[in-house]
Amino acid sequence: MLMLFVAGCGEVWNDPYPRSERGANILYSAFVNRPKHLDPVQSYTVDESLFTRQVYEPPLHYHYLKRPYELIPLTAAEVPKPKEIDGGKFTVYEIRIRPGIRYQPHPAFVERNQALSASEIKKLKTPYDLPLGTRELVAADYVYQIKRLAHPRLHSPIYGLMAEYIVGLPEFADKLKKLNRPGWIDLREHVLAGVEEVDRYTYRVTLKGRYPQFVYWLAMPFFSPIPWEAEKLFHQPGMELKNFTLDWWPVGTGPYMLRENNPNARMVLERNPNYRGMPYPSEGESSDGEAGLLKDAGKTMPFIDRVVFSREKESVPYWNKFLQGYYDSAGISPENFDHAVRVAVDGGAEPSPEMLERGIELSTAVAATVFYFGFNMKDPVVGGNSERARKLRQAISIAVDMEEYLSIFLNGRGIVAHSPVPPGIFGAREGSEAMNPITHVWRDGREQRRALAEAKKLLAEAGYPEGTDAKTGAPLVLYFDTTSRGPGDKARLDWWRKQFEKLSIQLEVRETDWNRFQEKIRKGTQQVYGLGWHADYPDPENFLFLLHGPQARTDGAGSNSSNYASAEFDALFERMKSMPNSPKRQQIIDRMVEIARRDAPWIFGFHPKDYTLRHQWLANVKPNDMAGNTMQYLRVDPQRRAEFRRQWNRPVVWPVLLLLLALAISVVPAVRTYRKRERMAARPAA
Amino acid sequence: MLAYIVRRVLYAIPILIGVNLITFVLFFVVNTPDDMARMHLGAKRVTPEALEKWKQERGYDRDLLWNEKAPGLGKVTDTIFFDKSVKLFAFDFGRAEDRRDIAHEIRTRMGPSLALAIPVFLVGLAVNITFALLMAFFRATYLDFWGVVLCVAMMSISTLFYIIGGQYMVSKILHLVPISGYDGGFEAAKFVILPVLIGVVSGIGSGSRWYRTIFLEEMGRDYVRTARAKGLAESVVLFRHVLKNAMIPILTGAVVVIPLLFMGSLLAESFFGIPGLGSYTIDAIQAQDFAVVRSMVFIGSVLYIIGLLLTDLSYTVVDPRIRLE
Repeated sequence: MLMLFVAGCGEVWNDPYPRSERGANILYSAFVNRPKHLDPVQSYTVDESLFTRQVYEPPLHYHYLKRPYELIPLTAAEVPKPKEIDGGKFTVYEIRIRPGIRYQPHPAFVERNQALSASEIKKLKTPYDLPLGTRELVAADYVYQIKRLAHPRLHSPIYGLMAEYIVGLPEFADKLKKLNRPGWIDLREHVLAGVEEVDRYTYRVTLKGRYPQFVYWLAMPFFSPIPWEAEKLFHQPGMELKNFTLDWWPVGTGPYMLRENNPNARMVLERNPNYRGMPYPSEGESSDGEAGLLKDAGKTMPFIDRVVFSREKESVPYWNKFLQGYYDSAGISPENFDHAVRVAVDGGAEPSPEMLERGIELSTAVAATVFYFGFNMKDPVVGGNSERARKLRQAISIAVDMEEYLSIFLNGRGIVAHSPVPPGIFGAREGSEAMNPITHVWRDGREQRRALAEAKKLLAEAGYPEGTDAKTGAPLVLYFDTTSRGPGDKARLDWWRKQFEKLSIQLEVRETDWNRFQEKIRKGTQQVYGLGWHADYPDPENFLFLLHGPQARTDGAGSNSSNYASAEFDALFERMKSMPNSPKRQQIIDRMVEIARRDAPWIFGFHPKDYTLRHQWLANVKPNDMAGNTMQYLRVDPQRRAEFRRQWNRPVVWPVLLLLLALAISVVPAVRTYRKRERMAARPAA
Repeated sequence: MLAYIVRRVLYAIPILIGVNLITFVLFFVVNTPDDMARMHLGAKRVTPEALEKWKQERGYDRDLLWNEKAPGLGKVTDTIFFDKSVKLFAFDFGRAEDRRDIAHEIRTRMGPSLALAIPVFLVGLAVNITFALLMAFFRATYLDFWGVVLCVAMMSISTLFYIIGGQYMVSKILHLVPISGYDGGFEAAKFVILPVLIGVVSGIGSGSRWYRTIFLEEMGRDYVRTARAKGLAESVVLFRHVLKNAMIPILTGAVVVIPLLFMGSLLAESFFGIPGLGSYTIDAIQAQDFAVVRSMVFIGSVLYIIGLLLTDLSYTVVDPRIRLE
């Protein structure tokens, strides 16, 4: 009866959040993988940037609404212009930050906290139990962080790259290596030749040669400021034993601060009370006004007080909690796609009727990513620059029907790639100009894959008529190395075999785990394989380098897994990478793409589309593949959310009561049998 | 008895070394230190120098089991196996590969694991014994027949089905409890009700059948016939005599798992978002975090040995004829 009464009162029982949070201005989101690093010197994954980008502020960031992506100042006064010296031997970036920016409240800024006793540290539950202070952001904090890239005990993934460019960084790393000792190393005491503090608000970075892409790195957390006080605080004995490190407790000037850090269950970002506030953008793409994305133009951000991330390792509870209104937005897993999205005949997608009924909206965007299927150019059969191998690769590129792949396995969530450069990145073309003429033709105003007969002709010209080696008469057998080996991947692998069968080529799938797969790629023993690349920054160099000869994987730690090498392509790459975006640069990129299409070291694969669903109470959502600091732009309507949650989650108690009643009734015959037995004078004869 | 306990504890040492060695070999057959370094440093922009540095810092740059170059005893001691194993015997688990303190993680995660495992164990035991006694009481009747059929049917269903079905019915359709999540203190109750219910229900089939078999075996013994001949009520025969005498096989199955309750549930914790030790172990396996896998296997082995010892000790409590010497 009590249950019925409570149910009748409209109380929600399945709310996973504390009662105190009801009606509060909170954004609810989820994370799948626990972050490994929150120190900006090490953090490099999307899972981690969900947190780090809300806390840390590098000097630059990307415009939230404009496309193509545009770099704009964040803490810097303006986007720095490179100055070449010694005839281009060196390039100098002078970055001036705005005065008056203050750090979040943090114990590192209270002097007393820098000399804590062991018992004081032992008592702490979080670093925020200590007295909190703040100070102004200064150029020295940025200099300190750049020095940390070379720290012997930190593993910055970009150290290798930056050591090639930042003057004196390798020597600085060697010096620190010699100094390496337990405890805190005060990097302020050691000079890094290529990075200097000009004045309180200005610092200068000197690079070897030209590297125009450096400016994009200035928009990544690797170049965020780190106050030396924070490093010193967390190096006190006993801090690490409590997991109080800079790697777990970020300190920044951004709109949010990490107040609860339980990567096993829940991470909570809270509004940074010292944040200066930034105005919501007042311009964007032409369609943004119509989409309601400019309603908050000029208003001071952030709009949300807290962001609560709950860990959801499984897709079923994640999806159901979204439908119940307990997450404000969600991605779509393949198993929920048909439930969530209706794909129109023209390939456009819209929310399913059930989603529309709940007022759920859908955002889609082509990601700055390429998934490709490569040939190892060092392989004696598919590799090399001979006409025979080239035609074989071209034939296979035609026969592998990526349109069908996207339709069957990705529910159409992607577009066929015709070059390594995804749409939205400078260098990518549109319409017929974007089409790969080796694999497609332009017909009836759209691209169409070339006929299989053309592929067979190329195969015969390559010396494999009907998939048989004309010289030896042996059937052509190729090997596909993949990490897809679960029961769910069987259909996908069968599809791959069928694509090659179209050309009478036998495809042997070599299923392997990730480590062995990486080993094969490193040693160059793979033949055909699949990989993907997500942009670090929106520049064609960040995609075309995947085919740059000197960066071949077998020759070192490069990312050219196909080990492709073309003298012309490489020479053009060297020219293109140092150029600003211009028609001339576009021309060079066009030629590079043409060479790559002709040589076909890749079946170009596809660029995936990101699908995001959001509830009607969440505003200002626009997918942005480059900017990670997107939380501050979002706005929720907590009252509306509370109403819908109540409406969607009324407890249904009667089936439970019915079940209890049925159980009670079923006991009756048992009781009767028991009594009957107890009353029996003797057991009946068997 | 003290001598017996000491002897058992000493027996445990070679067992633990063996378990540790098997874990080590199995782990490193699949993952080399290079693989681990790559997994932790990520796939992008990793240089050979960074890999070497990672291994060096964690002591993975040495030989695995035998160091040919080291002098004397160093051939054994200057290896990854020795370095990583010895500290475990002092319960010094060290740091996970992401540098978080493993002991701190275990302490934090033990609570949520126990909040789920203890109710499942206790309620499950009570329900299974009760259901088994009922079936034994009504043996050879339609209640017994359909009870056994139900048990077989319940045993045949996968735990995953119970979990997803339970979440769908109880949380999604009836909206009675949250689908997943966890909170400390009394708030934990609303999150563990459903996994406990599912844990108990999914165990009824196998548990009840097992206990029914034990009870039926006991009911065929002479002392039961004597009790009945004395005119005792069937309920008294069952609860006072049969249950008491069936305690040894029940304890064999039950006491041994008590220490292992600390280890948590691998599947339920993942699906219900409970941040316990089961979920920790699964994460570590997926992340190739040898430090955590090794520690969890070691703790599991220690707890299992404790469980077996407790089982033996408990026999002396329920059966005065047993002496441990």
